[in-house]
Amino acid sequence: MNIHEYQVKKIFKEYNLPIPKGTIITNYHDAINSAIEIGGKMWVVKAQIHSGGRGLAGGVKLAHSLSEVEQICKEMLGSRLITNQTGPEGKLVEKVYIERGVKILYELYIAIALDRSIEMPVIIASGEGGVEIENTAESNPEKIIKIAIDPTIGFQDFHGRELAFKLNIPKDDVPRFVNFARILYKIYMQDDAELIEINPLVKTKNGNYLALDGKMGLDDSALYRHKDLEELRDRHEENLVESEAKEYGLSYVKLEGNVGCMVNGAGLAMATMDIISYSKGQAANFLDVGGGASAKTVSKGFEIILRDKNVKSIFVNIFGGIVRCDRIANGILEATKNVDIKVPVIVRLDGTNAQLGSKLLKEANISNLIVAANLEDGAQKAVLAAKE
Amino acid sequence: MSILVDKNTKVIVQGFTGREGTFHSEQCLKYGTQIVGGVTPNKGGDTHLDLPIFNTVKEAVKETQATVSLIFVPPRFVADAIMEAATAKIKLAVVITENAPVKDIQMAKDYATKNGMQILGPNCPGVITADECKIGIMPANIFKKGSIGVISKSGTLTYEVSHQIAQVGLGVSTAIGIGGDPIIGLSFKDLLLMFENDKDTEAMVIIGEIGGDLEIQAAQYIKDNIKKPVVAFIAGQTAPKGKRMGHAGAIISGSSGSAKQKMEALEKAGVKVVVSPADIGKAIKHSLS
Repeated sequence: MNIHEYQVKKIFKEYNLPIPKGTIITNYHDAINSAIEIGGKMWVVKAQIHSGGRGLAGGVKLAHSLSEVEQICKEMLGSRLITNQTGPEGKLVEKVYIERGVKILYELYIAIALDRSIEMPVIIASGEGGVEIENTAESNPEKIIKIAIDPTIGFQDFHGRELAFKLNIPKDDVPRFVNFARILYKIYMQDDAELIEINPLVKTKNGNYLALDGKMGLDDSALYRHKDLEELRDRHEENLVESEAKEYGLSYVKLEGNVGCMVNGAGLAMATMDIISYSKGQAANFLDVGGGASAKTVSKGFEIILRDKNVKSIFVNIFGGIVRCDRIANGILEATKNVDIKVPVIVRLDGTNAQLGSKLLKEANISNLIVAANLEDGAQKAVLAAKE
Repeated sequence: MSILVDKNTKVIVQGFTGREGTFHSEQCLKYGTQIVGGVTPNKGGDTHLDLPIFNTVKEAVKETQATVSLIFVPPRFVADAIMEAATAKIKLAVVITENAPVKDIQMAKDYATKNGMQILGPNCPGVITADECKIGIMPANIFKKGSIGVISKSGTLTYEVSHQIAQVGLGVSTAIGIGGDPIIGLSFKDLLLMFENDKDTEAMVIIGEIGGDLEIQAAQYIKDNIKKPVVAFIAGQTAPKGKRMGHAGAIISGSSGSAKQKMEALEKAGVKVVVSPADIGKAIKHSLS
């Protein structure tokens, strides 16, 4: 689960990680009062959407007067921000964060994430703050410093010093940097984060270290022990259909093609997308209905797939295991009664009692239900049906 | 012969009396697996499926000499269950539980490693040595006995490929689901080495997917250490970046973890990489000729 910048900053504040003073607003009429309360002569207005690349897209703007703050808030609130990560439809800006502007001496990048190849968290830092880190990683990989933290010992000062020296941080700032990194690691572990990223972390002309930005992803599986963090979920930021699918125990991801897919198992669901592509078609979605594939989950699966108007055919690819194919076939037949399906449905059943399952489907004699002989045949038929 | 488990392996089940634990223990017993008891705290002294229940893994091991534990406990108890098994000198924990917090698995795996216990999973279907022993949730009838070693991140693809192996007239020595979480226990390379040393396995198939770099580590390992033929399929060739595809670990982050990189690395290591999931069985047959 991802959370907004303003929510991340609230967490930072609770852990005494320094941030600039700021306020969240949803109505531009509150802009001037908020800016007065924050104080100073310069403010930054930031669109609160779940996406990187906000700055380049016009979602982060500097204001030098109260009226300018108001004007920017007015323009931003209710607009759709299109970044390099949102897709062409962009994201609706429902909240903006007004923050006190600061004069910057230097900028850094710092993040913590799990390094899966060594199975430990790593602190990733760079002296090139404020720019896209992916670009730095490609153009100047030597400018990115990584240090693994063994959770058995946790963050120690030597980790922080090593980073600071490699980043050439002025020696008077080293203790400050070490402290900053220590708190960041503490947040990462205590909150079960998948990722924490600050870009940039700045030293201000007043001599403070401040997190000017904050990004955090949380481990969904650990949310049960962080009820306070779970409440930060912003349903508007999530794909509504994907969230609805999740409530029914289905795992759905919308894609760009026109062949809808319904599969049991995540691996087979990915493989189904792949074989559709191999058969010169394109999958409209990833959908894992789980091991059971009951009438209820299959009905819901059809419903969800058909919300996507691009879908021209549906490939149901089920490998029956402990749940036998004859039972799955009955589930599919029941689902076709529950949901009005106008596109061709190609069903491939394999595994336990596959022949019996296929026979049940054929005997039902439903005009737009085609039984495939095998995986390859099913993919080809589904692609062909989508083209007709 | 086979790897990891055989007909003599003694197994206990943690989370024995729950719905999943009960159903799958029954299925395993039917297959001939030597389940010798289970652990459910506070139910020690009772019996379940005509087998003894123990309060702790230590007691269960002492009384039954079990070396493998099959774990079905809910996600919030999984780290505790794994570490209890390791403390009790269990040799292999097969963790079926899905949605375990990553931090917990990191800690539990670290502890298990230090105590000489191997882990399969979490979020995996388990391990089956055809016609001998099934420790997991896979449908037994799919697996025909033979000489192919199967290692897969995905449950249903394990079944799919084992079925394809049977269709081309071959069979499976041992099939292992390793799970698709960000941190897992035994990985491709650990198991490839076991298969390399198993006289009853002639060739191996590995089923990987997007996310992480275990397949790339495996590629390097195969190049240096594996002589038997290896066939590979990587799921998610058409998956978009930054989207989690069902499994917690199946995500292309930034520029790393794509199917393309993995397929290229494996191909360079001399592995036969199959593009279409329908061709895996045929490719294995071909690798033996």
